Amino acid sequence: MISRRSVLKAGAAAGLASALPFASILPASAAGDVLVGVHGETINSLDIHRTGTNRPSYQVAVNCYDRLVKFGIKEMDDGSLSYDYSVIEPDLAESWDVSEDGKTITFTMKDGVKFQDGSPVTAQDVKWSFDRAVTVGGFPSSQMKAGGFERPEQFSAPDDKTFVITLDRASKLAIPDLAVPVPFILNSKVAKANATADDPWALEYVHKNTIGSGAFSVSRWDPGQQIVYDRNDEWHGDLPGVQRVILREVPSPATRRALIERGDVQLSFNIPNKDAKELAEAGLEVYSTPVENSINVVGLNYNFDPFKDPDVRKAVAYAIPYEEIFQTAAYGRGVPMWGSDKVEGTAWPQPSPYYTDLDKAKEHLAKSGYADGFDVPFSIDLNQLDWMEPTALLIIENLKKIGINATLEKIPGANWRTASLVEKRLPLHLEGFGGWLNYPDYYFFWAYQDGKLFNSSNYSNPEIETLVSETLHLPVDDPEWAPKIERMIEVAFEDIPRIPLWQTALNVASNGADGYAYWFHRQLDARTLSVEKD
Amino acid sequence: MRILQAVPVVIGVVIISFVLTRALPGDPAVYFAGAVADEESIEQVRKDMGLDQPLPMQFLYYVGDLAVGDLGRSHSTGQSVAEDLAQRLPASLELTLVALLLSCLVAVPLGVLAATRPGSWVDHACRVLVTTGVSMPTFFTGILLIYIFYYLLGWAPSPLGRLDFMYFEPPKVTGFYLIDSLIAGDPETFFAALKQLALPAITLALFTMAPIARMTRAAMLSALSSDFIRTARAAGLNRSTVLYRYALRNALLPVITTLGMVFSFTLGANVLVEKVFAWPGIGSYAVEALVASDYAAVQGFVLAMALLFVALNLVIDILYTAIDPRIGFGDQ
Repeated sequence: MISRRSVLKAGAAAGLASALPFASILPASAAGDVLVGVHGETINSLDIHRTGTNRPSYQVAVNCYDRLVKFGIKEMDDGSLSYDYSVIEPDLAESWDVSEDGKTITFTMKDGVKFQDGSPVTAQDVKWSFDRAVTVGGFPSSQMKAGGFERPEQFSAPDDKTFVITLDRASKLAIPDLAVPVPFILNSKVAKANATADDPWALEYVHKNTIGSGAFSVSRWDPGQQIVYDRNDEWHGDLPGVQRVILREVPSPATRRALIERGDVQLSFNIPNKDAKELAEAGLEVYSTPVENSINVVGLNYNFDPFKDPDVRKAVAYAIPYEEIFQTAAYGRGVPMWGSDKVEGTAWPQPSPYYTDLDKAKEHLAKSGYADGFDVPFSIDLNQLDWMEPTALLIIENLKKIGINATLEKIPGANWRTASLVEKRLPLHLEGFGGWLNYPDYYFFWAYQDGKLFNSSNYSNPEIETLVSETLHLPVDDPEWAPKIERMIEVAFEDIPRIPLWQTALNVASNGADGYAYWFHRQLDARTLSVEKD
Repeated sequence: MRILQAVPVVIGVVIISFVLTRALPGDPAVYFAGAVADEESIEQVRKDMGLDQPLPMQFLYYVGDLAVGDLGRSHSTGQSVAEDLAQRLPASLELTLVALLLSCLVAVPLGVLAATRPGSWVDHACRVLVTTGVSMPTFFTGILLIYIFYYLLGWAPSPLGRLDFMYFEPPKVTGFYLIDSLIAGDPETFFAALKQLALPAITLALFTMAPIARMTRAAMLSALSSDFIRTARAAGLNRSTVLYRYALRNALLPVITTLGMVFSFTLGANVLVEKVFAWPGIGSYAVEALVASDYAAVQGFVLAMALLFVALNLVIDILYTAIDPRIGFGDQ
């Protein structure tokens, strides 16, 4: 483990491993320093702040840019690496001070860190980048808001080394929110030089160019085909183990599987559960990391009469064939989320108290106002058929046994978000959501509060409303926090507007790649990767 | 004349593609606003994309942009549509043309052979072969070929698109890697590109052989039974002269027509082949765009295809006159 990285590092220092030229053919000797990966998605921008930037593109923000602070990395029980939510480490900031009232955070920048064009990283660059993130609107601004960063006036850079954030109120979400991909630091001098009157934030330029201080730069980007990262040998962190990472887009999962099995690529990112199971059985290294904070659920919409009845909701919750679904739709990858005795601490997600029991389901239905059952469409997303279809079919089959007649309704992917999250008009449906900031109150804020985007069930309960707003910004070591969270989970399980099925897993297969680390943004972090020497 | 006739077609395509894309399901503003967008940011995106304007205004903007050659920006790839098409159209065309060439090389002789010996075992074998080819879905043939020639035998290179990751594309002249690499005098890249092309081209060729072979056979049969062939034979011309100079030349017209049709449906059949072989072509591009309600990309695709087919029909007409001088479009 040590040898490879330190040898390469020494090599780089001695100027042995200089940047690879873009010849028409890679020199064979350099092939060992190149890692090839495949994934099935398209990277549509190099700039996470741009309107319409999709999830796969978030990795560019991580691989090519730095932030003020970063999450640590921990080793999991199975030996794989994962980001560590509980540890915040310095990145571009050397240290930070939080004022007594928690409202002013003062960062001191590291010395000698340079952007890739050689100019120093200053507090002014941080200020410009943060102003950009809160001004451009859309997703980046919403994510900044989660940490309490809303307006440019909250940020100031009194000198090159000092950056100050003034918050409207103290919040435990503030510092972790600085470690997510969005508040990345751009080279403001280069950006300003490429800005125009119509485009003051240089969105067009940053869309196609990486101007950060990060571990890599993008040397080639062919949308729909590939992205090529080249290592920045001047990076201030531990140098990545490979000089170049080539990530190819291969839409067909069958082709991706053939490639990784043959060993022509070293990494296959985000593979289907079925392939994960079979490749692991075939002896390949497969990492299946449970995605923190992310569960697949059955949504019961409060705007529709049958589901206003608590007994109907419980009847459905007891009618679901959990284990069968977990094996059929998830191939056993992930963590089961059913059949617990009681609310156990503040861990989230945690198993619900429901389990498969048709007699109980019938009892509840008999008690409800719908003893004779009812008809309801069961909506799923055509783009997520892989897990939604088997899950829905199994549930429909069991619902029939208790007298509820559900019919499968497939909604085209382009309509799904509008129907399920924006208009919230699906009575019975499947849903999956995971929040970046790993706190139960943050999850509840998005998924259980009235009118919030991921609350596709139109759930509303005054007690939850109060509990969420009281806990959201409270530090976790505050004595009030834990009991309130437990109460929150209890209420959610009692009301059960969302029936948890299982916690999803992110599957990555490796055939010769070392150092894969799981990240909450569910994209490839190339910084820790290296190629195994045989 | 023939070119002028194309103008109303193109205008029609512009209008229809605009109206049809607006009829697509889904709200692009919601889609492109991202994962945690609220009402406010969705509205903002709608405004940015010009979707808050009434439809006639949107159409005027679209036509105005078209007039200066701007096809708009694709939100799913983040590139200008014109750029995307310029990059992807050659990839699809190269694949389709090579497949068609391959298919003709096999199917035409096969058709001639079958026609000269109707009812013989050659005829039957030909029928079985082409029927098998056309009855297998292209993605299935593709995966099967990958399984045999790449996964099991290791003869074919990794199915990673137009070039293996070890190579980088030749300087762009035509966009066809086979031609560009030759222009650049880079045989290594030429062979690399050819190797990548082999399996997908064979997959498509297997699929397109049937109509070409069947049409060649039928046209040859009718040519061989016609009066002028009987006369030629009676006059004592030797067999191959009769077959190739007289019969085949006459049979070529319907074959060319079929080729035109085959070309258009091959571009459609490309979609699945492109997915399986990670081929960065226009078919997979259009499908992605449709799924995402990516208006600009869909319109650009439809327009490019319409222009392509107008050009194709022009070429076929010209070929007709070359083969059969009696068809003179110039005189009309």
